[in-house]
Amino acid sequence: MKTWQCVVCGFIYDEAKGMPEDGIRAGTRWEDIPADWSCPDCGVAKADFEMIETSGAAA
Amino acid sequence: MEPVVDAASIVVVGSGLAGYSLARELRRLDAAVPLTILSRDEGSFYSKPMLSNALASAKTAAQIASASPQQMAIQLNARIVVGVEVDGIDTAGRILHAGGEAIRYSKLVLALGADPITVPLEGDAAHEVMQINDLAAYAHFRDAINGKKTVALLGAGLIGCEFANDLIAAGYEVHVIDPAAWPLGRLLPEDAARELQSALAAGGVRWHLGTTASAVSRVASRLRVDLGDGSALVTDVVLSAIGLRPRTQLAQRSGLKTNRGIVTDRCLQTSATDVYALGDCAEVDGRTLPYVLPIMQAARALAKTLAGTPTPVVYPAMPVVVKTPLMPVVICPPSTLSGSWRVQREAGGIEARFEDETGNLLGYALVGSAVSRKQALTKLVPPVLA
Repeated sequence: MKTWQCVVCGFIYDEAKGMPEDGIRAGTRWEDIPADWSCPDCGVAKADFEMIETSGAAA
Repeated sequence: MEPVVDAASIVVVGSGLAGYSLARELRRLDAAVPLTILSRDEGSFYSKPMLSNALASAKTAAQIASASPQQMAIQLNARIVVGVEVDGIDTAGRILHAGGEAIRYSKLVLALGADPITVPLEGDAAHEVMQINDLAAYAHFRDAINGKKTVALLGAGLIGCEFANDLIAAGYEVHVIDPAAWPLGRLLPEDAARELQSALAAGGVRWHLGTTASAVSRVASRLRVDLGDGSALVTDVVLSAIGLRPRTQLAQRSGLKTNRGIVTDRCLQTSATDVYALGDCAEVDGRTLPYVLPIMQAARALAKTLAGTPTPVVYPAMPVVVKTPLMPVVICPPSTLSGSWRVQREAGGIEARFEDETGNLLGYALVGSAVSRKQALTKLVPPVLA
């Protein structure tokens, strides 16, 4: 499981946790998140450049 | 006469989130139009919201910068000029004067940002009070607190609270001073704020509320802060996080209309044709909103306008996330003052709804466990600018 960070606002998506309140269940891999999904904190689109893979444990 | 260096190009002044986000959105619509970005700092792309929660994870300034200006120039197919101050704009001649160059523009975007507000302080160390408004200042602050024990924060607003939480998590003793009776005084009702206040206090934050710092003086290797209530505290570093004031000086001396910010219409055009303003420096339809979501909305609309389709900006309800892991807070500020807070306490949190007299939701504040309802409640809040 990996974590992904929005480089615009710092929001972290943790594959292990998912975002159940946003309809994304725990364990959902980044590549399985719909292309029209956007960062819940700043609205940046998934399809853009804005997420980077972070190393190490989930924050 | 200065040399005119460019054929007319779209020129963006500012390489913060606003300037670079606009450039990215524009490039999605038009890959070819000549684009120049002027930066007064070194032009790296970085996440500004990260500056107030990067200490606990021991991030250096270099780690926060995710792309160099050279990488951005390639990515954006743009000419990026760093370390340059713009002296003036000739709006009639469509020429920008910057560092001895005259730069011709077809369309000009001012994404200048905002300056930290400072309060006048007495004392021989008043000039040592620090602020963090960009990556370089973050690096400077990080050096200043290295090996030190205590930080005093002026301001218990959004940035002040985030820094307080981050510094506590990084192992520092933290004092927070603010004239308001509770933290986030302008955004939160009392009960919700008290929840945040006690969580941070339990984490170690020492609050000095209802008072202000009056003087900062050097006492051997440390600093003494005198407070208006007659008390004093000793610290190593003082960090001011009182708020932001839009940068309007360039616009003013170039004859553009300014008020609190650089005044723009819904299409983000200033009082001069083909001159636009975006982000923290802009006052869009009467509003200055120094947050990330409004910048993203505005950047998208302005990119369309610059690409040839005039597009007014639309602001949906835009929640603001306060990054205080000890007690997370999400606030969707109501765009009107006529209404009242209805506060509901739950296990581990608070849901506060700001409603009109017929019970319509106009805004909200969620604290602790309640933050999981952000998405659901945001859908019920009317747009800020429909």
